[in-house]
Amino acid sequence: MKRVGVFVCHCGSNIAAVVDCERVAKEAAKFPGVAFSIDNKYMCSDPGQDLIKKAVEEHHLDRIVVASCTPRMHEPVFRRATENAGINPYLFAMTNIREHVSWIHTDREKATEKAIDLVRMAVAKVLHTVPLEKSSIPITKRALVIGGGIAGMQAALDIADNGNPVVLVEREPTIGGKMPMLDKTFPSLDCSACICTPKMASTDQHPNITIYTHSEVERVDGYIGNFQVTIRQKAKYVDHKICTGCGLCETKCPNKKIPNSFEAGMGNRTAIYKAFPQAVPNKPIIDAANCRKLTKDKCGVCAKVCPTGAIKYDDQDELITIDVGAIVMATGYDLFPWKEAYGEYGYGKYPDVITGLQFERLVNASGPTSGHILRPSDGKEPKTIVFIKCVGSRDDVKGKAYCSRTCCMYTAKHAHQAVDKIEDSHVIVFYMDVRTAGKGYEEFYQRTVEDGVHYVRGRVSKIYQLGDKLIVRGEDTLLGEAVQVNADLVVLATAMVPSAGSGEIAHIVGFSTDKDGFYQEAHPKLRPLETFTAGVFLAGACQGPKDIPDTAAQGSGAAAKASAVLSNRSMETDPLISQVNDAVCAGCGVCVGICPYRAIELKEITQRAGGKTIARRVASINSGLCQGCGACVAACRSGALDLKGFTNQQIMAEVDALCL
Amino acid sequence: MSVKSSDAQEAWEPKILAFCCNWCSYAGADLAGLNRTQQPPNVRIIRVPCSGRVDPQFIMRAFQDGVDGVLVAGCHPGDCHYSTGNFFARRRFLLFQRIFDYIGIDPGRLQNRWISGAEGDKFAATVSKVTEDIRALGPNRKLRDEHE
Ligand SMILES: Cc1cc2nc3c(=O)[nH]c(=O)nc-3n(C[C@H](O)[C@H](O)[C@H](O)COP(=O)(O)OP(=O)(O)OC[C@H]3O[C@@H](n4cnc5c(N)ncnc54)[C@H](O)[C@@H]3O)c2cc1C
Repeated sequence: MKRVGVFVCHCGSNIAAVVDCERVAKEAAKFPGVAFSIDNKYMCSDPGQDLIKKAVEEHHLDRIVVASCTPRMHEPVFRRATENAGINPYLFAMTNIREHVSWIHTDREKATEKAIDLVRMAVAKVLHTVPLEKSSIPITKRALVIGGGIAGMQAALDIADNGNPVVLVEREPTIGGKMPMLDKTFPSLDCSACICTPKMASTDQHPNITIYTHSEVERVDGYIGNFQVTIRQKAKYVDHKICTGCGLCETKCPNKKIPNSFEAGMGNRTAIYKAFPQAVPNKPIIDAANCRKLTKDKCGVCAKVCPTGAIKYDDQDELITIDVGAIVMATGYDLFPWKEAYGEYGYGKYPDVITGLQFERLVNASGPTSGHILRPSDGKEPKTIVFIKCVGSRDDVKGKAYCSRTCCMYTAKHAHQAVDKIEDSHVIVFYMDVRTAGKGYEEFYQRTVEDGVHYVRGRVSKIYQLGDKLIVRGEDTLLGEAVQVNADLVVLATAMVPSAGSGEIAHIVGFSTDKDGFYQEAHPKLRPLETFTAGVFLAGACQGPKDIPDTAAQGSGAAAKASAVLSNRSMETDPLISQVNDAVCAGCGVCVGICPYRAIELKEITQRAGGKTIARRVASINSGLCQGCGACVAACRSGALDLKGFTNQQIMAEVDALCL
Repeated sequence: MSVKSSDAQEAWEPKILAFCCNWCSYAGADLAGLNRTQQPPNVRIIRVPCSGRVDPQFIMRAFQDGVDGVLVAGCHPGDCHYSTGNFFARRRFLLFQRIFDYIGIDPGRLQNRWISGAEGDKFAATVSKVTEDIRALGPNRKLRDEHE
């Protein structure tokens, strides 16, 4: 015989003022299975919890029902009280007669009836509970960081400083991301490379960090604490163990006209190259598609000049597998492909219409023009420069509905730099709004205005070439009049979009993206660094447009989250997850596709039937991955799946009890 | 209050069962309580982890038991705590409504709403609206088992 104890809480007068708690307890005593029932002023208080303990001893109770406030608040408290009373904490049910009864009703009779119904349902449910145990899974003490921009470097450094090994995978030949491409950074205008390259070097030199550049994550299996990761190290054709990074090969390579993506297409590189002089690792790779030796079996100069014999034309991709306990995603952003969308700005056919990132390279002392702002078409210094903001941002027709957050500030920075570097310059910024939320940001923008930069509120409707001028036509919506500027250079502040291939890598790692393709955080406010997949965290612009301060903060935050996972040898898992009845499972696999956590796999089992051993496939739940949503249970055709703590039987009993 | 006693016709009050997901709609109901937003006392809530957990057989059984209306409430599409559970709930709901229509039951007896944890007012308004809708439809006679 099951012996249920029912405890009805007054919550002072919060419940008792509207619900006749004594009557609820009296009625509950009549429900099948109830051996004891009582009402009490404050169940969550120490005396209230002691009451449970005493009642269990005196009345030999084996199941507990508490009728009080929302289980979203006090369920853990009463589970613990149940456990303290010597009963398995899952032989417990809670029902909410405060938020769902006394606080929303005034009619005492009706409220009391409703409370009695709810208690009857909880008793029916608890009769069908079974003891459940938490299980524990081991944790591999190593983290993987995907993407080596400022976000990824910050995360890797913090995890490593915490004492755990980190593997950093970067698909470009160097770490650093966009930051080393920038000239100066707002709002303090310190030199970007000067603050970024030391970070790159510390990442490289940290004893706990292993970097794989020119590499991509190809496969991820497993779950929190136990991920198995396959990394493809793409062929570099240079043996980095032997190469000293002297750079002789680069000076001799005959193919010198390959657009360098690090220069945002404004400068060239050779086929064997380092993206920039401070690249990390500071050793070149061969770009196979542009190498004469690798494409036509001619040349071979680099091998001839290399003093250490590091060139390896027969280099192959290599697959590396590692086990990690936590993953930080830091794949950053790309810029919106404006040339495909903005016909009014010439679809990219005017060489002097450039992007903000290209402008960064033009003002950068280590860039293709050694820091002189010279226009691409004729190398002359532009006098009249137009900046256009929100190209692809806040434009749900041609681009994206969202604000890219960094452009107002970097455009202010660029405008300031133009005024600063070019004598008698005339700088005009077309804007929709100026958004400068951030410490010291508004002050920075105001200084730019004081510098003499002319801000025009309105959109540019047309750009066309006339002689060596770009005619920029727009509207000043504040004055309500048309504006025309005869410009020498136009700079577009293009939107930030998720980096190429981010959808694919999200799929490989196993978490979701939002409607714009950025990585989906588990909660927009309270869990911004987590994904829905336990053990996978987010840092930087891959989660949404961000500037460097926010990116660095997120990198540290994600590192703290990952370190918390790695700080334990093992972790407890909630037992309220799905379970399979092998005998009933038909192995159809419907549940496999439904599970958002990839927690279900088909496994082979053998069984004896008619004197023979037969093998068949059944669903199998991974307790590390299952989050207990129950979607698979409702979808299971054969009724082989059930959700512990919310079983079909329990819910059916609740339904039935409602109408008794 | 027994819905099965047929002589209680005048005093008939609709009895409505709501399945609320733990993360959004149950939290919405909690918030309505916290705000003391008054609601008709006709709805009883069963807490489930996700609207995707709601098996059609629970709904059928509720109607067989004599419930007059069922509400399935979950997170807004795209906001599911488990990312996709509410899409399954929605699909099942649409199917259910067509079956109801086909067998001659007013589809309005089964309702589906997306209510976030921040929408206490919406939860309360939904309870009022659903109660009124079901009241207008009258007692569920067709689906309930008559074994008395
Ligand atoms: C023109 C311009 C000017 C700016 N100026 C400023 C400024 O002055 N101040 C400021 O605070 N912010 C500025 N920003 C914003 C700044 O660039 C970003 O905040 C910062 O770079 C974001 O860092 P991240 O690490 O998230 O991304 P990224 O810098 O984009 O780094 C991501 C890294 O991940 C790698 N990666 C991508 N996918 C994969 C994959 N699948 N596998 C492995 N590796 C991968 C990429 O190769 C890259 O190295 C500017 C932005 C622009 C466009």
